[in-house]
Amino acid sequence: MRKVAVVGVGATRFSGAQKKTNTELFAEAAMDALSESNLKPQDIQALLLGNALGDFSEGQSMVQAFAAESIGAVNIPANRYEGACASASMAIIDAFMWVASGFYDVVLAGGTERAATMGTSLATRTLAMFSDSRYEYPCGITFPAIFALLAHLYSKKYDIPLNQLKEQMAAVSAQSYHYGKLNPKARLRREITKDMVLKSPMVCSPLQLHDCCPFADGAAAVVLVSEERAKMLTSKPVYIAGVGQASSGSLVNQQEYLPRIRAREIAAKQAYNMAGLTPQDMDICELHDSFSIASLIAAESLGFFDFGASGKAWEEGQADIGGKVAINPSGGLNAKGDPLGATGAGQVYEITKQLRGEVEPERQVEGAKVGMTDTVGGEGGAVCTLILRRGW
Amino acid sequence: MEHKLTFKDYNEALKQNRLLGLRCQACGAITVPPRMVCGKCASPDMDVIELKGKGEIQTFTTVYVAPEGRQGEVPYIIVLVELDAGPWMMGNLTGIDLGQANMELIGKRVIMSHQVFAGDKYSAGDVARPVFSLQD
Repeated sequence: MRKVAVVGVGATRFSGAQKKTNTELFAEAAMDALSESNLKPQDIQALLLGNALGDFSEGQSMVQAFAAESIGAVNIPANRYEGACASASMAIIDAFMWVASGFYDVVLAGGTERAATMGTSLATRTLAMFSDSRYEYPCGITFPAIFALLAHLYSKKYDIPLNQLKEQMAAVSAQSYHYGKLNPKARLRREITKDMVLKSPMVCSPLQLHDCCPFADGAAAVVLVSEERAKMLTSKPVYIAGVGQASSGSLVNQQEYLPRIRAREIAAKQAYNMAGLTPQDMDICELHDSFSIASLIAAESLGFFDFGASGKAWEEGQADIGGKVAINPSGGLNAKGDPLGATGAGQVYEITKQLRGEVEPERQVEGAKVGMTDTVGGEGGAVCTLILRRGW
Repeated sequence: MEHKLTFKDYNEALKQNRLLGLRCQACGAITVPPRMVCGKCASPDMDVIELKGKGEIQTFTTVYVAPEGRQGEVPYIIVLVELDAGPWMMGNLTGIDLGQANMELIGKRVIMSHQVFAGDKYSAGDVARPVFSLQD
């Protein structure tokens, strides 16, 4: 298989409800990515686009066809990926495979979403669709409720008193907000302290408002090309060193592993093996902090901290820039927001910018050479891992 | 290939307070809710059995923010219960004050009834779910 490089990235700001369409948001991100790549729309051979809920947010299905048309990529094959919050990561992994295989040389991948435009009530209903509609939704399951169930289970399993776990969770959120404040692309750009997290309204016990990422509108795009082509286009190619992906069914069927998400451990192992790397080699990780508890669970399954120990590690600054591994220096989903279809591409955007040394100095991970993205759709329905490394 | 137990039949039984599951002929494992094949060994050869719906609470949450159309239900409690037969089930918990919805619930024994979600425009009809209450 050929080596595959990211040669250009683009992203809109992730925001609250706004008036641009999914097609428009993606077109903006895509044109920025193409411009960075020194490529034109006519050079794109395929568009692989993540979009989870466009049907509900604006009555738009098949957004990938309209996006390809809008940017002048005439008649190219265009696919849509629906993997909830992992949609764009799925798309990027597929793009990697198509270029690695030699079938394509230049693929545009990414995602777009208008989750904030939907409003809380409809967003809560539609995000619940990633759970089992026959055996979970009738109970009133919602996306935060899934992770709330995991939070109480985590407290019990690792014997961490709930109020202590909530303090650890609040520390995770506060760190995300701290970096988000420094990120012009984030939805939430203000300091929110541990105390403010613990005083915010309860959403699903024990998760409070600021334990939960906000919905967002936004888009992000990446251009993937073969190694040979990359050398003609940029002096700073970011290579995809490893990928992994796995699926799960409903929450109860994961009973042997909960609160761990088994699919993540499978996907991460694939990516580490492919890259020939270990957790210790990761300088940065943009992981799936849909909820503060989700960060603790993720960091452990990705191999950064022992099971049950990540909360303590966070409080000790080990997940900070300058710690053991810089986790979510972008602000993560918690501060950036979660525009489901775009989230995974937003993570790749961040890692690429960090590896190139192009982010705001106060949140730049100095000398970063290797980064990881971790994205979870639903309750583990789709889990994607990507490892990226500097090609210079 | 036919399902040994469809969602339709499972749903209709649950509306009668009967919890149906599948016992594998190859490995003996119990699979519930129903699937095409055994959850443990993937054999399609399974017998339909009736389960008791009794078990122990593994985790819980009280939901305060409702999905569209269900505002009248909040706050409600969701639990994961480990049935005595082994598998975990998701359901609601009733019969307690909200103030009792705390970590003390974990490990408590429950018995099963049901409630029907009437459905909305996205749900392809009504769907029953287990509703648990503390056994004591």
